[in-house]
Amino acid sequence: MVAPFFIADSEVKKVVKINGETVNAVGKTIAEYLTEAGYDIKRIAVEKNGDIVPKSRYEETCLCDGDSIEIVSFVGGG
Amino acid sequence: MIPKKEEWLKALKERHGIELQKKISSTTVAVCGLGGLGSNIATALSRAGIGKLILIDFDRVDITNLHRQQYKVNQIGMNKTEALRENLKEINPYIETEVHTVCIDEDNAGKVLSQADIICEAFDDAECKAMLTGCVLEKMPDKYLVAASGMAGLGSPNEIQTRKITSRFYLCGDEKSDVKDDIGLVSSRVMLCAAHQAHTVLRIIANKFEV
Repeated sequence: MVAPFFIADSEVKKVVKINGETVNAVGKTIAEYLTEAGYDIKRIAVEKNGDIVPKSRYEETCLCDGDSIEIVSFVGGG
Repeated sequence: MIPKKEEWLKALKERHGIELQKKISSTTVAVCGLGGLGSNIATALSRAGIGKLILIDFDRVDITNLHRQQYKVNQIGMNKTEALRENLKEINPYIETEVHTVCIDEDNAGKVLSQADIICEAFDDAECKAMLTGCVLEKMPDKYLVAASGMAGLGSPNEIQTRKITSRFYLCGDEKSDVKDDIGLVSSRVMLCAAHQAHTVLRIIANKFEV
């Protein structure tokens, strides 16, 4: 017998919001996501659920269901 | 004739109100990079009667700067820190300044920025912008950062905006117009972005934290 919450769990799609877009990236680390999406780590800042994520923690920070991520990309000029 | 300090302050209080001017006059703002953004931010804040400006840049005034930066022909060759201080004092003789003719990096940022309440990121280089942003937001949790990204070219002025990214991090610009693309930086659009940054600083001082 399968517990009801397992059924619900498999039916509900787990998603992360990245820059306002819904992305299927739950379980990936921030480092993995950034590499796959083609970001240049030297030119960005990453905010997760209202707090900045230090660069040193990109590899250990996992994206969880419901997380809201903002990746700020800097371009040159000033 | 240069007005006395009391006359200067009286004029500012009449403009901004006593309470707000007190806050503006007691705030220290660091301007990191004194190019098109930084020199315009510093000029706006000096006119508003900001208490103290920490001016940081390693560079000297060059003829190619004059189309968008707040320097004069007779200042070519001077350190930007010294030239800008001179110009700001002509606008507001009572502004307090601290200058650092250095290149900010992760090692010296903490020391150079220690007295600042609010920090303006006004660098030219994208990697330097990201470095300073990381530094301030990771290591200086009591300070506000007002950064800029995307203000080059002749794109619409209405694309320049201010976004609040975290409770202490604001970002101004269109976030896409790179200096490498198109015709480079144009005075009026850089000034728009600098005005967004200076205005955000004043709004933070006035406890208006939403954009």
